[in-house]
Amino acid sequence: MSWIDIGSIDDIPLRGARIVKTEQGCVAVFRTDDNEVFATSDRCPHKGGPLSEGIVHGRKVTCPLHNWVFSLETGQAQGADEGQIATYPTRILDGRVMLDGTLLTAEAAA
Amino acid sequence: MTEKLIIIGAGMASGRALEHLFEQAPDAYDVTLFNAEPRGTYNRIMLSPVLSGDKTFDEIVTHTAEWYEENGVTCRFGEKVIAIDKTAKTVTSQNGDVLPYDKLVIATGSAPFIIPLPGHDLDGVIAYRDLEDTNAMIALGDKPDAKAVVIGGGLLGLEAAAGLKARGVDVTVVHIMGHLMERQLDEAAGYLLRKALVDKGITVKCSANSKEILGENDHVKALLLDDGTELPCDLLVMAVGIRPAIGLAADAGLACGRGIHVDDQMVTSDADILSLGECVEHDGNIFGLVAPLYDQAKVLAKTLLGEEAAFKNKEVSTKLKVTGCDLFSAGDFAEGEGREDIVFRDPARGVYKRLVIEDNRIVGAVMYGDTADGNWFFGLIKDGTDISEMRDTLIFGPAYQGGAAVDPMAAVAALPADAEICGCNGICKGQIVDAINNGATDLGAIRATTKASASCGTCTGLVEQVLATTLGDDFVMPAAASVCGCTDLTHEDVRRLIKARELQSQPAVWQELGWSTPNGCHVCRPAINYYLLADWPLDYADDPQSRFVNERNHANIQKDGTYSVVPRMWGGITTPEELRAIADAADKYAVPTVKVTGGQRIDLLGVKKEDLPAIWYDLNQAGLVSGHAYSKGLRTVKTCVGSDHCRFGTQDSTGLGIKLEKHLWGSWTPHKLKLGVSGCPRNCAEATCKDIGVICVDSGYEISIAGAAGMEVKETELLCKVATEEEAIEVISAMTQIYREQAKYLDRIFKWVAKVGLDWVREQVVDDLENRKALAARFEISQSVYRTDPWAEHAREKAATYHPIANLKLEAAE
Ligand code: SRM
Ligand SMILES: Cc1cc2nc3c(=O)[nH]c(=O)nc-3n(C[C@H](O)[C@H](O)[C@H](O)COP(=O)(O)OP(=O)(O)OC[C@H]3O[C@@H](n4cnc5c(N)ncnc54)[C@H](O)[C@@H]3O)c2cc1C
Ligand code: SF4
Ligand code: FES
Repeated sequence: MSWIDIGSIDDIPLRGARIVKTEQGCVAVFRTDDNEVFATSDRCPHKGGPLSEGIVHGRKVTCPLHNWVFSLETGQAQGADEGQIATYPTRILDGRVMLDGTLLTAEAAA
Repeated sequence: MTEKLIIIGAGMASGRALEHLFEQAPDAYDVTLFNAEPRGTYNRIMLSPVLSGDKTFDEIVTHTAEWYEENGVTCRFGEKVIAIDKTAKTVTSQNGDVLPYDKLVIATGSAPFIIPLPGHDLDGVIAYRDLEDTNAMIALGDKPDAKAVVIGGGLLGLEAAAGLKARGVDVTVVHIMGHLMERQLDEAAGYLLRKALVDKGITVKCSANSKEILGENDHVKALLLDDGTELPCDLLVMAVGIRPAIGLAADAGLACGRGIHVDDQMVTSDADILSLGECVEHDGNIFGLVAPLYDQAKVLAKTLLGEEAAFKNKEVSTKLKVTGCDLFSAGDFAEGEGREDIVFRDPARGVYKRLVIEDNRIVGAVMYGDTADGNWFFGLIKDGTDISEMRDTLIFGPAYQGGAAVDPMAAVAALPADAEICGCNGICKGQIVDAINNGATDLGAIRATTKASASCGTCTGLVEQVLATTLGDDFVMPAAASVCGCTDLTHEDVRRLIKARELQSQPAVWQELGWSTPNGCHVCRPAINYYLLADWPLDYADDPQSRFVNERNHANIQKDGTYSVVPRMWGGITTPEELRAIADAADKYAVPTVKVTGGQRIDLLGVKKEDLPAIWYDLNQAGLVSGHAYSKGLRTVKTCVGSDHCRFGTQDSTGLGIKLEKHLWGSWTPHKLKLGVSGCPRNCAEATCKDIGVICVDSGYEISIAGAAGMEVKETELLCKVATEEEAIEVISAMTQIYREQAKYLDRIFKWVAKVGLDWVREQVVDDLENRKALAARFEISQSVYRTDPWAEHAREKAATYHPIANLKLEAAE
């Protein structure tokens, strides 16, 4: 893995998200109530809603367009809806949020 | 021949290691002990009782001068080691002495982290680590009217605050996170802790960012926060964390990460140098509590004696007693896939317990108020015990295991007649049963005749169970729709309880009203956020993370993820300058669609999120502000041309519309609020299908409410007729406010009026003049906060958050 520092945890609102632009499309980086960080694809498999704009509750996010709920951990849609979003490893070091670059940069895309 | 052992640091870890060493081999080493503090080892943990006055320093000394003498330790206290030469195997002390060693132990502990705020080096800015810090705080207590500020709402900060308070000092705790002790406690427990501290008279400010320490004559005078608040103080305690003290080791060329790297034997990258305590890093972990340090001390002593031993880091639980509040946390209490919570709350006793279960095992526990079972739960976590058999009663602790499952109905049926059901009104089961036998057969009737459950409402469930057991099959448990799966309470109950119990934060609502999830869901969060800001406009800070995307971003999201931008056009009136600014903005930001809306204004559709702050800024420059086309709040006030131009116009409908819009804009309401003002009964502004409509007539203004023209279509009903514009504005303010205070989230006025009745509304806002004025005054208080343009604020202060946090495409290209 190659960890890329994308910013401070304080730049992501508590129970909120920010996006990172990558060669693989936008990645949503979420911060939960317990100050954990998760990264997933920003695109809802239903109709492309931007998940980073959803309400974050527990380790889940609700899509802002039609309220599908996804687990941030597994990427699985919850309840009756069926769908899956990509998830990416993250880690926090001294308050800095890191994404695994091997999956996200140009080389990976090439 | 005895070997020379030098120890740097006489703290809790090295103190314990020496005990083990001398027990096993009193004469193995000739020991020299350096300590920067001018004393030997004492029980640092006990500084808090010293601070609060419960203990003296002498009582917490663990290693006395006699002890060192008996064991032949050469003490060099008050003397720092400033260098290590690992090739020559010597250390250099502060006064220049160079001493050789055979084995060296680094036990320098950690240093408090001082945030480098401007003014951090002023006199009177201290940490909380040693006796000197403690004495400085004690001394402050002798000063009359002394004030202190503590930065940091973790364990140490709160201990310092409580100790200072016990000494009579006026203390404020400033914490950057949203709740106290966020690493050990979840939000609900943090809320309870805060409440207990506030009850003690300590001021607690969460989500508060320190900006600068202000001084006078080189001495601290106040702390200045980001939001401009100034907190005067004579002493400022920074308790924001610790950093392993690795400077000496790193300079000497020993391998260090966050701490000094040690292996399982506590040996550093140099075979003759060992290390232990808060200064080390073992297998990626650093340490902040003594339990693992004591294990390290055992291993280190064995290694020094050439015996086999290995340190293994164990899971630690924290049982904390912050100033008389019982807290316990262990394991991992974050939520997750496949994880379930068992939450128990007893609002009356201030008890909160939460267990996190995964694969039928407890993985985490947080408790507040009653921690008696903490160790039992901790045992279950460590042992990975399968709890499926006792799951139903698990949260009640070991005392309840093995008994038969309790049926709440049977329990209520078994209650004696004098058992109290409603604590607020002192109503017993017998009185309720009597009322039922006299014909009160539903909850409303019980409330009306006995007052049971009519105050705080938490006993509603019990009253219903009494009804059910008394009436048998005749009683159908009402299935009132609850807000969502997080609670059994209805919106109406929640609103009532927020006011009655003065709940002013979301964690307060979750705790006091017994939420079953740790922090709500997408259904209840926006509702609760609205109720809190409507009821406590001056005390509650709106939480953007509890809002749907449109309200968070102050623009309507489109199906392709772009946004629409609708500037306000007061009463539908615009000017050539405004139109030019809109046209310029449309050009500059390549807006694909410009549309005239049904609300008499112009919609710019298809704006990219990143461009929002900039387009808002440009529109602001021309005097245009947010039209709130996205909000559950005031939308538009539609007007017709009125007496200014129209041959039938009876009053200045455009002017009144503009006044109303300027008065009401920015306010948040349970659902959207639309008004119309027509200049005569021809009604060109379609006022009679709005939430609130005004029809101007010769003799004044007819105000009607509860219209609809969306999924349902409904004509408004007359509320009252008034003679002047001022009166019309007052009635409409009062009307808006009572809707804001009473209605369920997402009920338009017509839905809410159908529930409470038009007559009741008329009594409140028309007939009762005093009440009308009070409502209008409360509306004005709320508007003093919310009558502002969110676009200007976001363009000014939050523009960066509209951009990606990072762009890895660029990174790759570089
Ligand atoms: C822009 C506009 C249509 C237009 O091009 O004219 C519009 C657009 C939307 N309306 Fe509307 N409504 C617009 C006037 C109306 C009107 C007419 C009026 O205000 O005079 C109505 C009927 C009156 C009423 O409110 O009852 C109207 C009744 C609705 C409803 C149904 C409300 C109901 O209680 O039945 C919804 C859905 C909702 O609110 O849940 C809705 C929702 C929406 C949303 C916000 C849908 C959504 O959630 O994304 C649309 C946003 C489009 C966008 O991205 O900008 N819109 N909508 C109008 C904006 C007016 C303005 O200047 O602010
Ligand atoms: C107020 C307070 C309350 C606490 N409460 C708890 C609690 O409830 N539970 C718990 O488990 N833990 C608690 N702790 C933490 C606990 O005290 C520490 O984990 C423990 O003291 C660390 O031991 P140590 O030997 O590694 O470091 P320390 O005890 O800090 O000892 C290090 C010593 O090294 C000296 N030193 C540093 N550099 C040099 C040098 N170059 N030359 C000479 N000497 C040097 C220092 O002066 C210091 O005396 C508390 C701490 C504080 C301050
Ligand atoms: S009528 Fe329907 S499609 Fe048209 S703007 Fe309103 S909500 Fe959107
Ligand atoms: S696009 Fe996400 S739920 Fe429809």
